[in-house]
Formats: sequence, structure tokens, C-alpha cells
Amino acid sequence: MWQYTEAVHDHFLHPHNAGPLDDANAIGEVGSLACGDALKLYLKINKAGVIENTGFETFGCASAIASSSVLTDMVKGMRADDALKITNKDIATALGGLPKQKMHCSVMGQEALEAAIRQWKGEPPVPHALEHGEMVCKCFGVTDAQIIRTMRENGLKTVEEVTNYTKAGGACGECLDKITEIVGKELSLKPLTEIRPKPRMTNVRRMQLVLKTLDEEIRPRLESDGGDIELVDVDGRRVVVSLRGRCSQCRSSDVTIHNLVERLLREHVEPDIIVEEA
Amino acid sequence: MRTVYLDNNATSAVDQSVLTAMLPYLSTLYGNPSSMYAFAGQASDAIDNARESVAALLGAGPDEIIFTSCGSESDNTAFWSAVQTQPEKRHLITTRVEHPAVLNVAQYWERQGYRVTYLGVDNKGRLDMDEYTGALSDDTALVSIMFANNEVGNIYPVQRMAEAAKEKGLLFHTDAVQAVGKTPIDLRHLQADMLSLSGHKIHTPKGIGVLYVRKGVRFRPFLRGGHQESGRRAGTENVPYIIGMGEAARIAAENLQEERMQVANLRDKLETNLIERIPDCIINGDIENRLPNTCNISFKNVEGEAILLMLDRLGICASSGSACTSGSLEPSHVLRAMGVPFNYAHGSIRLSLSRYTTDSDVDYVIEHFPGIIKTLRAISPYKD
Ligand code: FES
Repeated sequence: MWQYTEAVHDHFLHPHNAGPLDDANAIGEVGSLACGDALKLYLKINKAGVIENTGFETFGCASAIASSSVLTDMVKGMRADDALKITNKDIATALGGLPKQKMHCSVMGQEALEAAIRQWKGEPPVPHALEHGEMVCKCFGVTDAQIIRTMRENGLKTVEEVTNYTKAGGACGECLDKITEIVGKELSLKPLTEIRPKPRMTNVRRMQLVLKTLDEEIRPRLESDGGDIELVDVDGRRVVVSLRGRCSQCRSSDVTIHNLVERLLREHVEPDIIVEEA
Repeated sequence: MRTVYLDNNATSAVDQSVLTAMLPYLSTLYGNPSSMYAFAGQASDAIDNARESVAALLGAGPDEIIFTSCGSESDNTAFWSAVQTQPEKRHLITTRVEHPAVLNVAQYWERQGYRVTYLGVDNKGRLDMDEYTGALSDDTALVSIMFANNEVGNIYPVQRMAEAAKEKGLLFHTDAVQAVGKTPIDLRHLQADMLSLSGHKIHTPKGIGVLYVRKGVRFRPFLRGGHQESGRRAGTENVPYIIGMGEAARIAAENLQEERMQVANLRDKLETNLIERIPDCIINGDIENRLPNTCNISFKNVEGEAILLMLDRLGICASSGSACTSGSLEPSHVLRAMGVPFNYAHGSIRLSLSRYTTDSDVDYVIEHFPGIIKTLRAISPYKD
């Protein structure tokens, strides 16, 4: 039996945002019945480019349903451009981790998200480079470009890991030689350290960096305008602040938050920080 | 929480009287049956009785019964012995729907240079007699055909198949792990040379199996060493488990006829009600010709593991042939061999009953199952 986390169980048994979304203007579909799992992700993106509402329909196992559910939570309220930066690892992490053989469920979530946002932008569902890759696994329809991308994003080093993440090689096995070749080439191309992903930032570390950036970079600039800033909360990558002094009455406080605070935090802490005003 | 155990083809509850029979041999009667004193003689006598009970269940002679550690060991031994005693023959016949304990062994010999015929099945999981007889050849070292299939419950015509093999003078083995205790087996009529069975499917604890080897059939041991089991299987006898196996065989023989009816009635009630209450599902297998306890049912457009986890929450234990449960990425080899359409194959659930299954267990499942499928279908992107 699979060892699923509490979070996987919760999202599976009580999925959030389940069902189609009638007024969705971005829909991403990946997977198929034949492959054993499929996800149809619905997003309602407003004029400002913010994902206002989400929905999903999933055919698949518990981790596929849980990945879909948690993803629809994660992206709600995000700007579409920021949502594009979500990786399959972020989805797995939000679930407290997935069994390694189930990582492909998180990859499916990420791909559906990307497909949906690309549709909204009027782009073809799959990036050019991926679509035009060479088909490697005909059982699951996986191209070399997809394999290389998943390897890079997740720091994969073995054929087995590639199968766990993309399913490629998991059925008839005819493509295994080809995958071995791709993995070998990819690993010899880059020193291992380079494709290993940056370690995830812990909450404490993130909090420290946020405070440091506020003190050293942001506050001095606001103070020169007679304002100040206070940190209210750090919740994952959401940083809640409140502006003080002149800035708080300033009608352009919104602009300040995004142009100055968010920009600097993204530069100094993590590229996907979102800043909100308390 | 209530537990409704419907996974008896995986393993079964230990029978109380089996346990009671075993207990003395797990504590005070610890003598080694090979020793030369009366204290150990008790164990030796008990093993003789157990051997007779197992032989009686199968219509065999006690000297044709070899105790092993499990069904897989019995299967491995059958192949090993057939290959070793007929080194000139280079061909094996089995089916595509065997248990891995046979399938992987056949594949092993294939890698050693043997030619292996894997007989296909139709969409009900039935073998084709013509294909079978066509495959028999003088070069065939062993034919190994399962008596009954563990996933869908199909009972194969091993009697006819064994006869055809006999006519050509070929060795015939049957993996009867799922059949024993569920359907009558009589080796006075069935011409099999070897037959495997496993204790824990008929209510012993896990860790005991049997290989029947017909008198006169040439044999080579798989496990060499001491002279136990008349030199056919080395290793100090697993006395308590052998005693348990004997008791389980005795109970099975005594209750087989009655139990078959009782279990089949409950299975049929379960199956008919599920089909009536849940749209778009199909029964997998050969409905007219299968084990009385097995129900393999596929639900369209939902995935098996998700069903299992929801059943689990209600205390219902079942299994699935879906890809996700096995750790593989494809549905079970049996369903694929049968060509079950993929929109059904991923949503297959096996419910397997036993003498301990009650009417209220079945009612409980009937009550809760439809809701689970409905919930999962509501969030499935495939609606038709
Ligand atoms: S082609 Fe990749 S598993 Fe079959």
C-alpha cells in the first residue's frame, strides 16, 4: 500500500475546487484514459491577469486527485504569470511529498496548469520546443524534450526516476534503451551539481531573508519619503506587510508595494514571492 | 470501525481450529521429527496425519505430497524438476494469465534459452483448446496451466488439457493455489503430474505450501540438503505449519460442497446488486466457469486505486487490477491479455469472499459502493 501523507488523504477525500468551472477562460487538459490518469484544469483569469477562480476534473488515483486539488488552491489569487513558475515539485511539496512512483501525478498538474495559461494567452498548449521533441515513449506519449525538462527541473539522475516522473518506460519498456541514452547524454552534458535543483528554502531562512531585505533595502528607501513598513506575516511565499507613515495614506501605496517591495523581495529572497498589504 | 474482508484471493483469515492444532507445536512439542526418541516421534506422527489430510483433499496418496514453504516454491520446483530431468527438451508451455509465481519463472527459463509458448485468452479470459493442442510438441519439457485464475476467478479446463499432454507423454503441472478449497480437485481423474497449492489461501497462516508429485514421475529437488520429505525437499520440517496445513485441508474437504454454495450465493448477491445499482460497469471473466468466491468488476471512467482508498475508509478490503495499485504503470497483465477496454481496465476491482463472509458484510458493501463510484465519477473528466 502507498504511504500517503495526511495532506494527500485530505485532498483526496475532500477535494477543493472539484468540478468544472462554467466561466473558465483558461482550460488545460493533459493525460488520457489510456494512460490511466487525466486532468482537466479550469481557471478563471481576470483582466488584471489574476487567477480568480479554479476548478478541476481528474481521472486517476488518490495522488492524482490530491495533486489537482492542491494545485487549484495554490494558484487561486495568483497572477497567471507567477503561476507559470509553479513546478511539479512545488505541488508535491504542498502535499507534504508524494511516493516517488507517484511523482508523475504532480508533473501532470504542472503540465495542465501550463497548458491552461498558455491557452489563455492564445499560445499553443505545449511550448514549441516540447511539442517538437522526438517521441520517445509511445505508450505514454512522452518526448525527449519532456524528459530532459523534467530531469532538469527535478534533478533526476536515473532511468527509474524518469519513469516515476513521466511514466515513460513504465509499460512495454521498448523505449527504455532510448531513455537510458537520453539520461546518459543529459548527465554527461552537465556536471551533476548544475542540474541538481536549488535546495528548497526553509520557512525560517525565508523569514530571515525577508527581514534582512526589509531592513537593508526597502525601509531606507521608504524612509527617505517619510514612510515606513512593517512585516505582518510570511506564509509560504506570501509576504504580508503594512505600510506606515506617509506611505499608508499615499494613494499609490499599491504601486509601492508591487514596484518596490515585491520587486526587491523577489530579487533578494525568492523569485516567486507575492506581497500583499494587510 | 468494522472490517469487511473481501480480499481472500490475496490471503485469508486463520481458522481458529487450525490455530488450535498448531499451538502445541509452537511451544511444548518442539521435537525435531528426524530425531530418534518418542518425544520427537509425536511431531513425526502429526506430520504423517497432516500429509494424509492433504492427500485426501486432493484424491492423492500421502507419499505424493511434499511440503514446501509456499506456492511460489512449489511452482519453482515444478519447473526446475521438469527441466532438470529432461535436459534434452527445450520448450515450455504456459499461459499469459498465470500468477507471477509461474509467469516469472517461465520468463526466467526463457532467458536461459528455452522456447516458451504463452497461450493467449479471449475477452472472457478463456483459453483456446486448439491453440493449446497445436503448441504441444515432443520438445515440450513442461506444460504449466493454472487451475483457476487469481484475478478473475476463471477455472481452466485442466482435466482436458492434462489428458492432451498425457497423450503426447508430456509433463503437466497446474498451479492450483486459488482453486484448492474453492472447487473440487480430484487427482484420480485429473491427469496432472504436479500440482501446487498454498496454505494461507485456505486459512492457515502464511508460510506453508504443498507440491503434489504423482508417483512414478521423475523428480529433482529444488532445495538440496537433508533427507526430509523423502529426499525431495531439504530443510527441517516446519512442523507447526504442516500441522496447520493438514487441519486446513481436513476442514476444506469436509465443508467444500456446502461452502461453495454459500459463498457463491453471497458473491452472486453482491455482484447482481452492484451491477443493478451502478451504471456502466462490467464483470470481468468467464461468468459461467469461475471460482464461487471471486467477483472482478470494472467501473468505467474511474480509477481503481481511488476506489480502493475510499473502500478502505469504510473498512472494506479489496484489491484492484489498476495500474496505480501495483506500482506499475499499466493495468494487470490478466486484464490486458483479455483485452479489457482501457476505460474499464483502470477501474477494475476484485472482491473475493470466503466462508467467513456474512450476509451483512455483503449488504454493507452494496450500501456503500454506489456512492463511491458516484463521487469519483463526479470529478472525472470523462462522462460517457
Ligand atoms: S514505449 Fe515507453 S513504455 Fe512502451
